[in-house]
Amino acid sequence: MPVAERPVPVAERRMPVAGGPVRPSGPPLSYADRVLVHPRTETPAMKIHEYQARDILSQAGVPVPAAVTIDSFEQAAGAFKDVTRDLAPNGAGQKLAVVKAQVHAGGRGKAGFVKLVKTPEEASEAARFMLSNRMVSVQTGPQGLEVTRLLVAAGVDIEKEYYLAITTDRKTRRHVLIASSEGGVEIEKVAEENPQAIVREPLHPLLGLQPFQARKVAFELGFTGKQVNQAVKIMLALARVFLEKDCTIAEINPLIVTPASDDHPDGQVLAIDAKFNFDDNALFRHKDLQGMFDPTEENPSELRAQRMGLSYIALDGNIGCLVNGAGLAMATMDTIALEGGTPANFLDVGGSASEEAVTEAFRIILDDKAVKGVLVNIFGGIMDCAVIAQGIVNAASEIGFTVPLVVRLEGTNVQAGRKILENASAKLPTLQAAKDLGDAARKVAAAVA
Amino acid sequence: MPVLVNASTKVICQGITGAFGAVHTRGCLHYGTKLVGGVTPGKGGTSDDNGLPIFDTVKQAADATGATATMIFVPPAFAGDAILEAADAGLRLICCITEGVPVHDMVRVRAALDAMNLAARGADVHPTQNLFTLIGPNCPGIITPGPHTGKGTGGGTGPKDPFTNAGCKIGIMPGYIHTHISDPACTTGKAVGIVSRSGTLTYEAVWQCSQLGIAQSTCIGIGGDPVRGLSHLDCLRLFENDPDTHGILMIGEIGGSDEEDAARYVRDHVTKPVAGFIAGQTAPPGKRMGHAGAIISGGEGTASAKIAAMEAAGITVSKSPADMGKAMARALGLELAAV
Repeated sequence: MPVAERPVPVAERRMPVAGGPVRPSGPPLSYADRVLVHPRTETPAMKIHEYQARDILSQAGVPVPAAVTIDSFEQAAGAFKDVTRDLAPNGAGQKLAVVKAQVHAGGRGKAGFVKLVKTPEEASEAARFMLSNRMVSVQTGPQGLEVTRLLVAAGVDIEKEYYLAITTDRKTRRHVLIASSEGGVEIEKVAEENPQAIVREPLHPLLGLQPFQARKVAFELGFTGKQVNQAVKIMLALARVFLEKDCTIAEINPLIVTPASDDHPDGQVLAIDAKFNFDDNALFRHKDLQGMFDPTEENPSELRAQRMGLSYIALDGNIGCLVNGAGLAMATMDTIALEGGTPANFLDVGGSASEEAVTEAFRIILDDKAVKGVLVNIFGGIMDCAVIAQGIVNAASEIGFTVPLVVRLEGTNVQAGRKILENASAKLPTLQAAKDLGDAARKVAAAVA
Repeated sequence: MPVLVNASTKVICQGITGAFGAVHTRGCLHYGTKLVGGVTPGKGGTSDDNGLPIFDTVKQAADATGATATMIFVPPAFAGDAILEAADAGLRLICCITEGVPVHDMVRVRAALDAMNLAARGADVHPTQNLFTLIGPNCPGIITPGPHTGKGTGGGTGPKDPFTNAGCKIGIMPGYIHTHISDPACTTGKAVGIVSRSGTLTYEAVWQCSQLGIAQSTCIGIGGDPVRGLSHLDCLRLFENDPDTHGILMIGEIGGSDEEDAARYVRDHVTKPVAGFIAGQTAPPGKRMGHAGAIISGGEGTASAKIAAMEAAGITVSKSPADMGKAMARALGLELAAV
């Protein structure tokens, strides 16, 4: 059917067309994250950029529209011509491309950092704007993010959009393929209002996704004719990537079918946007993924802590916390809140922290100028109280505690730990010992009040 | 009979020559655990500092020592393999302390163990009849306290004077904080089972109970990973069926729905007093709080939803982690003024 006689393309009824939908603002949670996996799996997960995700998909044999990455606006016009060269014009006789900022933070579209362009000049304009302004979205905070890399992707016409993802369902302890025939922008809403539009297919833990399962899903989603095998191939490829690369989530959203053309009478099934998160704990066996880590996307203090094997999350309050164990660290925050205080951070020193790591932990806590008091709560199991005590003394010698310091030690080698603190009492003028968790929280909350 | 382990349980350590394996092998020995050997491939035929024999394979260790339980300290990349090796050697209780095991490994390992259990017991036998029980990974282990001999620190830092001659500690928890029902410190005459996803928060709960004169029958740290062995519900079932357990303290945290499932089980099946606590009431959504499984997302796994489910099931929930012991005492109907 000649292009001009086609019905009004979906693209003109519904923005955006391609290169990825403009997502509604809000947290960067994917469809699978929010709605479908109940309950969901989350592991410490490394994120990558969209262009890297596209490369992974493409290497796995999943067809994606032409695209190039650029890091200066001068490259934009050329990139536009490159990616649209083999593109069939849309119903309006135009060739479109999408320019997209490559940052992990969500809310790009609303911030003006995803732009549909019709000419090389528009591409150039969009690129200049994105590379010379900081992107401020609900997720970046008011200081915004510097954008250094853009993806310019061909804007293909969309006949229909689908959703495809694989993640781990912790309840069934299985990886599960989640698919919907109502992919695209309003996907979360669809899932809430129309849950029957969602197909779930568990992966065999040892065999992975089998072709019959992918076929079943493809037919349930309503693919027809030659689309079916294309969709099956994509699902199998996605499952292969998910398993080979230790993903916590592998998502294609949207997966699209292009309108029928002479070359593709049933349309073409293409992956437009993809998201992969990887299990941090498995990165040791994926050298290629380690290379994709982008430290500029991470909170500097959290990164610093991570390098020392500490688990640190910055929060808004004024009581710095140093605790061993994630559960106790959360519980300590809870106790502080119950006593009327507000925690400045979550910090789990773990079980194997060295004196140096403990000292670094204090540096990170005390670097936060909002901190008006510090609570150390240690219940030693693996963690030796003496190591914590020595870390406190080292921090006192090096930085000095000018703010109130409340210490509660219990567990492995506690006597030695208390002794170290007693012997160093001259260096620790603000130190108060606490007898238990409640006492510790009360003392530190009172000290900063 | 306490749960899963007792004074006669023979235990080996996989990864006995590693830094942590060695430290905690000593700690368990000093507590009084019948640790009978260890495994480090390539070091078979030697012995460790405590004089325990080291074997190349778990099979050799199990055959030579008669051990039925193992604690695993091997690095995360090898932990899945170590669990399967233990099951293959016929060890009934597999306690994986290792933190940071890839989730995909655990999906495969757990499926393999489930298949072995199913093959061994048939589909219709009660799940407590499992041939293999996995605790963890990323957990502090399991302890059945014994009466204190009056000697030893229970921690492995002092000379080897067993803290108890009738207990069993498999893991990294400080032994001395636990109380046996026959100890003078147990002023209430009650012993409770404790189950928790967190290590140190479990110690906190144990300590508070001990301070209030409440002993512990068995304490199980099930671990903070999303795919693991025993669940809260599995442990509640064990405690419910154990005549020496008079009450249950269940400590959960944000993320997943293990606690909700357990609460439903309590409502329908548990006759003993149950108290609980959920960590992470102040945790911001979308942030992973240290544990791989501890995250609130899409409104799922919040502390308030878990607390509501637990309260609806008649569980006495402590608002503050400083009051977990008191909540347990209340659930047991103990006069707090007396303790």
